[in-house]
Amino acid sequence: MEVTPARDADSGAAPGSPIDPELSADHELPMNPDPSMNPDPPSDPEPPIDPEPPIDPEPPIDAVRPARPGRWFAAAAAIAFLAWLAYTIVVNENLHWDVIVAYLGDGRILGGLWVTIQLTVLSMVIGLVLGVLAAVMQLSDSPVLRGTSALYTWFFRGTPLLVQLIFWFNIGLVFPTFGIGVPFGGPKLIEWQANELITPFTAALLGLAINEGAYMAEIVRAGIRSVDPGQREAAESLGMSHRQVLRRVVLPQAMRVIIPPTGNQFISMLKTTSMVSVIAGAELLTVAQRIYLGNFEVIAMLIVASIWYMVLTTVASVGQHFIERRFERGHARLSTRVRRNLRPFAKEPA
Amino acid sequence: MNRPDEPGEPNRDRPADPGLPMVRIRSVRKRFGAVEVLKGISLDVPAGEVVCVVGPSGSGKSTLLRCVNRLETPDSGRIWVDGELMGHAERGGRLHELRPAELSRQRRGIGMVFQRFHLFPHRTALENVMEGPVTVLGTPAARARRAAAELLERVGLADRAGHYPAQLSGGQQQRVAIARSLAMRPKLMLFDEPTSALDPELVQEVLAVMRDLAASGMTMMVVTHEMGFAREVGDQLVFIDDGRIVERGHPREVLDAPRHERLRAFLGQVG
Ligand SMILES: Nc1ncnc2c1ncn2[C@@H]1O[C@H](COP(=O)(O)OP(=O)(O)O)[C@@H](O)[C@H]1O
Ligand SMILES: [Mg+2]
Repeated sequence: MEVTPARDADSGAAPGSPIDPELSADHELPMNPDPSMNPDPPSDPEPPIDPEPPIDPEPPIDAVRPARPGRWFAAAAAIAFLAWLAYTIVVNENLHWDVIVAYLGDGRILGGLWVTIQLTVLSMVIGLVLGVLAAVMQLSDSPVLRGTSALYTWFFRGTPLLVQLIFWFNIGLVFPTFGIGVPFGGPKLIEWQANELITPFTAALLGLAINEGAYMAEIVRAGIRSVDPGQREAAESLGMSHRQVLRRVVLPQAMRVIIPPTGNQFISMLKTTSMVSVIAGAELLTVAQRIYLGNFEVIAMLIVASIWYMVLTTVASVGQHFIERRFERGHARLSTRVRRNLRPFAKEPA
Repeated sequence: MNRPDEPGEPNRDRPADPGLPMVRIRSVRKRFGAVEVLKGISLDVPAGEVVCVVGPSGSGKSTLLRCVNRLETPDSGRIWVDGELMGHAERGGRLHELRPAELSRQRRGIGMVFQRFHLFPHRTALENVMEGPVTVLGTPAARARRAAAELLERVGLADRAGHYPAQLSGGQQQRVAIARSLAMRPKLMLFDEPTSALDPELVQEVLAVMRDLAASGMTMMVVTHEMGFAREVGDQLVFIDDGRIVERGHPREVLDAPRHERLRAFLGQVG
């Protein structure tokens, strides 16, 4: 992002020239947090000196707005289209709305829904832990740790998730037993059969979590790098250990950068779990498919599943909004002022 | 000022040797890539004294301070703080590099104030000041909170305890940063141009806090362009140019009768 043009606009151009809102926010935030220090707060522009002083109190502006026939026409067309769409869907005999409604609360569907939620939450949590580990390794001084982390992200981002899921489900073909003992062919203390250990659920969890970790590693790394190195130095000069610096100072600030894309990952994961249907994972889509193989209501069952996916993603989006607010702590008040300053440039949220 | 629990009083593990300087710097050299930034610096800071370090931008002042608390590792030379060799232990006639945990322990006793404050933006002023004692020393939160409130009062910010850094002016942020360092009860305070990022009208409130601190007997190394402060508070003034100490002495003598042409030129620029 270029800084110079904004300065030019600030000094040279006429008042009210369109300063890029992000830009002016960026270079004002760290420098000048106190509004009283701001030499020229853009929110309170001095009224230009008027030879004729205005009558006090100024009456509210009462002006006729220009007609906008194009906009009215577009809105009317959009409404007409949506109404037609709703009509054709509602009256369409082939959609079997009664079936859809009946199956929305079906026990099997709800069971699949629960598996989807479990898979999403568990694989995101494990993925986040793996991602933090990989990111910290990536930023360490040791070339071995950096290399290991790079290998991990390279491999799992380089192969399709579908392939990974099928691979984990069939891991027994490669490693028939898993055990704890001396590695490199030494004696084993405990041993399990892969066929007992690897159920569709554990295979799905392994595949989703390990794959997610590779993506989270990049997100976490970007978050950690976004924290001012001065923060680390200030913490170190208090005598904090590396772990304390990470846990108390760096990660909480990195969270602001990590959380929005993580929320997107979570929402995406809610739907990615449907890939598990290739290994019969018993989540929402698999269950819906099993039902339509019996009753042939293919479209109705897909709509039932989709409705539930939409409910989940909507709830997750709302949750994301609140979590983001929580981690804006210490920045929220600042952004109130920034928002105030930027009001002329931004659309008000509806 | 002699109550043992006074926040900001030195927290000595053992009585300091009265004959020993608080900071002893010997022949310190440091290079970044091809550029040698420190070219053999030797300097003593006696306990309780204020040494002001001045010099043109890029002359190595910050690097020198950062070598003292080991944010930078010197390439050669040694630094002792309160009689303890920084960064190394001498055993059996050999130097052993300290483990990170031991280095952290050494850093605890040295406060550092940065030009750009570096307060933790996700914590309030009070939480910033509590952070060191609670996290590093394991002080119970209630006691740390009381001590932090007292320190904020001492820097004149008792009424800003609940504010986040973004809600404070630069001068207020810097005073919180000083309180945050003092909460660790350091025996030495390092200031790296603490007023250079401030609007002119906010400089004095920070200098006033530093003046009080000096009067309370704190040992301080201060990199600054505030010649008035150096003259009034400093016990020693060191002029660094191009990685070398060019001139040193009592601030009034050095400032009133600079011997080196480069110092005269520098003083002419700083005003
Ligand atoms: N981490 C670093 N890597 C490379 N060069 C550095 C680093 N830190 C400082 N320098 C360089 O060392 C020189 C001295 O820097 P510094 O000690 O900050 O000077 P001063 O504080 O006197 O202005 C400068 O030229 C600076 O660019
Ligand atoms: Mg500097």
